[in-house]
Amino acid sequence: MSATAAGWLQFGVLVLALAAVHKPLGDYLARVFTTPKHWRVEKLVYRAVGVDADSEQRWPTYLRSVLAFSAVGVLLLYLLQRVQSLLPLSDGMPAVEPTSAWNTAVSFVTNTNWQGYSGESTMGNLVQMAGLAVQNFVSAAVGIAVAIALVRGFARTATDRLGNFWVDLTRTVARVLLPISVVGALILVLGGVVQNLSAGTDAHTLAGVTQFLPGGPVASQEVIKELGTNGGGFFNANSAHPFEGPTAWVSLFQIFLLLLIPFALPRTFGRMVGDKRQGFAILGVMAALATVSAGLLSWFQARSGGTALQLAGAAAEGQEVRFGGPLSALFADATTLTSTGAVNAMHDSFTPLGGGVAMVNMMLGEVAPGGVGSGLYGMLVLAVITVFVAGLMVGRTPEYLGKRLGRREMTLSSLYILTTPALVLIGTGIAMALPEGRGSMLNTGPHGLSEVLYAFTSAANNNGSAFAGLSANTPFYNVALGLAMAFGRFLPIVFVLALAGRLGAQGRRPATAGTFPTHRPLFVGLLSAVVLVVVGLTYFPALSLGPLAEGLHP
Amino acid sequence: MSAPVYLTGRQLVAGVRAMLVATLVLGLLYPLLIIGVAQVIAPGRADGSLVHTGGQVVGSSLIGQGFVDSAGTPLSQYFQSRPSAANYDGKASGGSNLGPNSPDLAQQIEQRRAAIAAFNGVPPADVPADAVTASASGLDPGISPAYAAIQVGRVAAERGVPAATVTALLQQATVGRDLGFIGAPYVNVLQLNQSLDQHLP
Repeated sequence: MSATAAGWLQFGVLVLALAAVHKPLGDYLARVFTTPKHWRVEKLVYRAVGVDADSEQRWPTYLRSVLAFSAVGVLLLYLLQRVQSLLPLSDGMPAVEPTSAWNTAVSFVTNTNWQGYSGESTMGNLVQMAGLAVQNFVSAAVGIAVAIALVRGFARTATDRLGNFWVDLTRTVARVLLPISVVGALILVLGGVVQNLSAGTDAHTLAGVTQFLPGGPVASQEVIKELGTNGGGFFNANSAHPFEGPTAWVSLFQIFLLLLIPFALPRTFGRMVGDKRQGFAILGVMAALATVSAGLLSWFQARSGGTALQLAGAAAEGQEVRFGGPLSALFADATTLTSTGAVNAMHDSFTPLGGGVAMVNMMLGEVAPGGVGSGLYGMLVLAVITVFVAGLMVGRTPEYLGKRLGRREMTLSSLYILTTPALVLIGTGIAMALPEGRGSMLNTGPHGLSEVLYAFTSAANNNGSAFAGLSANTPFYNVALGLAMAFGRFLPIVFVLALAGRLGAQGRRPATAGTFPTHRPLFVGLLSAVVLVVVGLTYFPALSLGPLAEGLHP
Repeated sequence: MSAPVYLTGRQLVAGVRAMLVATLVLGLLYPLLIIGVAQVIAPGRADGSLVHTGGQVVGSSLIGQGFVDSAGTPLSQYFQSRPSAANYDGKASGGSNLGPNSPDLAQQIEQRRAAIAAFNGVPPADVPADAVTASASGLDPGISPAYAAIQVGRVAAERGVPAATVTALLQQATVGRDLGFIGAPYVNVLQLNQSLDQHLP
């Protein structure tokens, strides 16, 4: 079988698997967030946390819960890293340096999982499982909770209540993330992913040297790293490391895991607003953008642009032989379309335009399908913008799902879509203006700029993948990217929850002959165009100095 | 105390308690449960698929090794792994991260191609891409069947056996695509070199 045919089959099987599970999983998720019944074990959690699970919150309280929980997460993870050397199971690892510990704490709490450090030489087993892996679960749950709160804003009428954050958080973990993770972790173990408490083994190789073979609770962390669209690798090489991604089928299974929940959530949205066609339209936009992106990235990779890669004969630099080109391209596309950022190949060595597509995937705001929860709320904000644009064209007051989109709603939506581009472009600009920023580039010319642009794009969009040649474990990048991650995560959440509050408080206007239907192909096309034009064009000047300049080089 | 400050304080207390519960359940009980089950259903794989020779750990079937002497010169009795940005050090996984137009990378590729062609006595045009490029992990256990093929003659000559004998062992160490279509075919270099030592010492 040719590599191309294998590539198509891998893509086809992935699409079929996602198509098969998105409905049942989406329906299940809708039930999880609408049933009034608590599980017994959940009631124990509510008692331990000290909250009344049956009282719902207004949007400011919901927001305060999100922010308080996340602030505690940053603080705890920071402390764990700083006192690592005093804790058991730390395998002799010293305390993490303060700016790196801050960066990593923010990174994992914001679901970014940008990694300035190298896992196998920085983090002991205790910090990995009791610190990093815990944030993998709860940061994913926070994203889903916020998305569900926004959906409730659309679904409900004339109420100031958006649900209870602590209930949404607990249910997401207990009913969705943990059960899938238990099964998924064991599948990974069967595939060869390690799972133990060992600090590592020394092997005596055939060539007569000593080789260190790391150990650790990898599988239990690996599964939620994909399922929660986190992406922080146990090891520096992430899913390319043979103990994280031992075989090609494991790598394909990881791609499936990281797309699983983001592609199911539109169905949940449709269910909860009582019109499955609305969810289907959103899913259609996500699927169309993802397919085009996967096709482009794979094609650019197969053409091996770049003088060095052409000299080698294929884009094999930074790729594993067992995965091959097509699976590496598919993984890179899926990880940047979601907010995962795990990698099974090194993006920095990708072809100029192939790496450029990965960057554009993130710049579009990670909405096709995006991170768990964040992808859905991002796409719904863009849907609001789309309806507004359509309303301007025909001169009618815009409405989406019977909710009137007035000045305040549009202000919040506009602030949402302006936040990340501002962080990315201002951040990149500052870095390029300072010697501390420029000094970290490994490559020169346009590719050097691409490394910095990629870093801020990845951080502000909470992706976490990197053009890893950039030496990012410096005080400047640790602090700057930490700020980009924090603002890139929580400012949009503020706007989304405020929008949810406004929408939920409204009544519902009946659809009339003049209402723009938001479940038809016309809307799907218009929303896709808005994603590409409104968001994509913002970055065009920066892209033309980086990947485009490099890729169109004669 | 103003209402928002009081409310935020209450949320912070709930946040601390929730994070402690999460750390206990997700950070300790869950990974320990998976370790327990993994050690029962697949202890060898959970411990890193270690390979033993005479009671000694010689490596992991998943992790590549360098087959070079202490000066870095390739050992001609062994099939050679890919170039590694980590030098096959298990504490330093990672790739070179050199860009597609990097002059450094281009120079490395030229040098590797010339060295590999000379070492194996084949024309430079026969040296495949994976032989001249560093992997993503720096620990790639595999090489392409094409890279293995150009090494057969050299290894057979060094061990004083017909090429067909080496080719037979090579085929045993060749792994096809998973399920016939996932990933790419590769040769497990450690497994191959180990069987060479065992059958053709």
